[in-house]
Amino acid sequence: MSFLVIEALRKTFGQHAVVEHFDLAAERGEFVSFLGPSGCGKTTTLRMVAGFETPTAGRIRIDGRDVTGLRPNQRNVGMVFQSYALFPNMTVAQNVAFGLKVAGRSAAEIGPRVDEMLKLIKLPHLAERYPYQLSGGQQQRVALARAIAIKPQILLLDEPLSALDAKIRISLREEIKAVQRTLGITTIYVTHDQEEALSMSDRIVVMNEGKAEQIGTPFEIYNYPRTRFVASFVGTLNLLPGKVIDAAAGRIAIDGREVVSSRGLAGAQPGEIRTVALRPEAVTLNDPRADGNRMEGTIEDVAFLGSVVRIRVRFGESSISLDTFNNPSVQPPERGQAVTVCFAHADLQVLQDAA
Amino acid sequence: MKTSKIGPWIAFTLGALYFIIPLIATFEFSLRLKRGEYSFEAYRIVLGDPRFQATFGYSTLLALATIVIGVLLVVPTAYWIQLRLPKLRPVVEFITLLPLVIPAIVLVFGYLKMYNSSSLLPLTSSPWSTNLLLTFGYVTLALPYMYRAVDTGLRAIDVRTLTEAAESLGAKWPTILFKVILPNVRSALLSGAFLTFAIVIGEFTMAALLDRPAFGPYLQLIGANRAYEPSALAIIAFFVTWACMGLIQVFGRGARGASPETR
Ligand SMILES: Nc1ncnc2c1ncn2[C@@H]1O[C@H](COP(=O)(O)OP(=O)(O)O)[C@@H](O)[C@H]1O
Ligand SMILES: [Mg+2]
Repeated sequence: MSFLVIEALRKTFGQHAVVEHFDLAAERGEFVSFLGPSGCGKTTTLRMVAGFETPTAGRIRIDGRDVTGLRPNQRNVGMVFQSYALFPNMTVAQNVAFGLKVAGRSAAEIGPRVDEMLKLIKLPHLAERYPYQLSGGQQQRVALARAIAIKPQILLLDEPLSALDAKIRISLREEIKAVQRTLGITTIYVTHDQEEALSMSDRIVVMNEGKAEQIGTPFEIYNYPRTRFVASFVGTLNLLPGKVIDAAAGRIAIDGREVVSSRGLAGAQPGEIRTVALRPEAVTLNDPRADGNRMEGTIEDVAFLGSVVRIRVRFGESSISLDTFNNPSVQPPERGQAVTVCFAHADLQVLQDAA
Repeated sequence: MKTSKIGPWIAFTLGALYFIIPLIATFEFSLRLKRGEYSFEAYRIVLGDPRFQATFGYSTLLALATIVIGVLLVVPTAYWIQLRLPKLRPVVEFITLLPLVIPAIVLVFGYLKMYNSSSLLPLTSSPWSTNLLLTFGYVTLALPYMYRAVDTGLRAIDVRTLTEAAESLGAKWPTILFKVILPNVRSALLSGAFLTFAIVIGEFTMAALLDRPAFGPYLQLIGANRAYEPSALAIIAFFVTWACMGLIQVFGRGARGASPETR
């Protein structure tokens, strides 16, 4: 049985269902992100795991123990808030020691543990400072140390980097990940930033309107989104309407041109219109060796982005963007040029929802 | 630059004179008990009066009791309202403002009717229980000031998130209240306590009608019968008040990081 199990979780505020049909099984030591736009229910779900909100229905189990009805102070979870929430009247060391003191640990045990935590977050020299004397990034590191000092079973972070500058955000992201890996602590990380989720997580739960749209590794989520929402929320993607020809053989027509997808067309009816998705980096131009799908069109636009050149090719009603690496010895193609775009059968993703 | 600074200075000087001249005049008058020379004779008489010591001590004690009860009543209430029942805020605010609208004399007559010696709860039947009744009366009188001060202090910190942070670290509510919330509203509490103290020390109506030996009735008695001593008392009262203010400043500074302006 998984370490953290969430079953059929549901939360309503009045008439409004904020979280519905939410299931998740996370292994011990796993780093799981909840990714989704603002208001999709990430925080509410996290707060139910922490015990700050009571689920309307469903169960939450941690290490086999049903915690659904337990108070937050009985759950042994560590929480890190977007606003840091350090106790303003206490020094850094006192903040980190708070949970240990509450648990009735002896001073002989608390002292070394606090030192160890401050070393882990690389702030041992700031032990006697007060929160208002620290930068935002330092405060959030102290908040992390305070949360993990009590050796929680699960670490919960709610957009911990949203209030920080871009630069600090990236360095702190790596630091949080390093601490998490060192301690091997099971972690749920809430974010609306896809880059954060993709770079840190073992698995990502993409959420939309209170439901988990897709759960998978960053690789799966990015390369094989199952719904239009996931496809458009994570990364840049070509989304095109396709008319199903033969579901079993994966044959589908884009703008009258027949292509083949080796993924997920099961159950579709001939003539049905489905959205097909294609990553720009999966498409090549005029590649004689490529087998798979080939479509002829004309170059509509060329955008030089530095290391990458993004080219848009038009076919009648629809167009496909593709990325090629910049090559200093080759001029990028011209607008209006006739070209053939190539992509593998496996890279054409047919989404579950209709176009 | 210059012209823009003169105006405020004139206003400040006029305001300061408005407050200081009567004070100096009172002080000067209080020194003239002995004909033809300045002396602290009036102060010697007042401070040496056993009734002064007794009533001032009594009122101080009651003020302290009022502050303790007030804090224990108001802090958890304001905290709970802010955290869980924000919808009740207008109701509670209205209730806390009632003592400003209802005159103390009405309150005390209500008390005498409710708690007289033939009632279910005969609080006026013994001096000890009357002291208790008077203290509760003072808590009521000080409620608007205490509640406002504490509520303002609580609004300046993120009560909800601090509570949740403490809770997830395993703390139960007494720990949260006394170790996390109270220390962070310390300066607000101190101003509430100071206002309470000032109200209780000078209160006359309740103490007189409940016939308790408080400082207010003593002040009135001296004022009606003597010439110089009331001025000396006024100066002493003023001094005590300023000493309180000074203490608040000292303690307010001591609460590092607790006041929002230092964050
Ligand atoms: N206590 C509450 N009462 C009523 N509605 C709430 C409450 N908390 C959250 N919501 C609503 O639930 C939805 C999801 O909120 P939230 O979980 O905070 O989203 P996210 O963290 O993904 O931005 C929002 O529409 C929000 O307005
Ligand atoms: Mg949120």
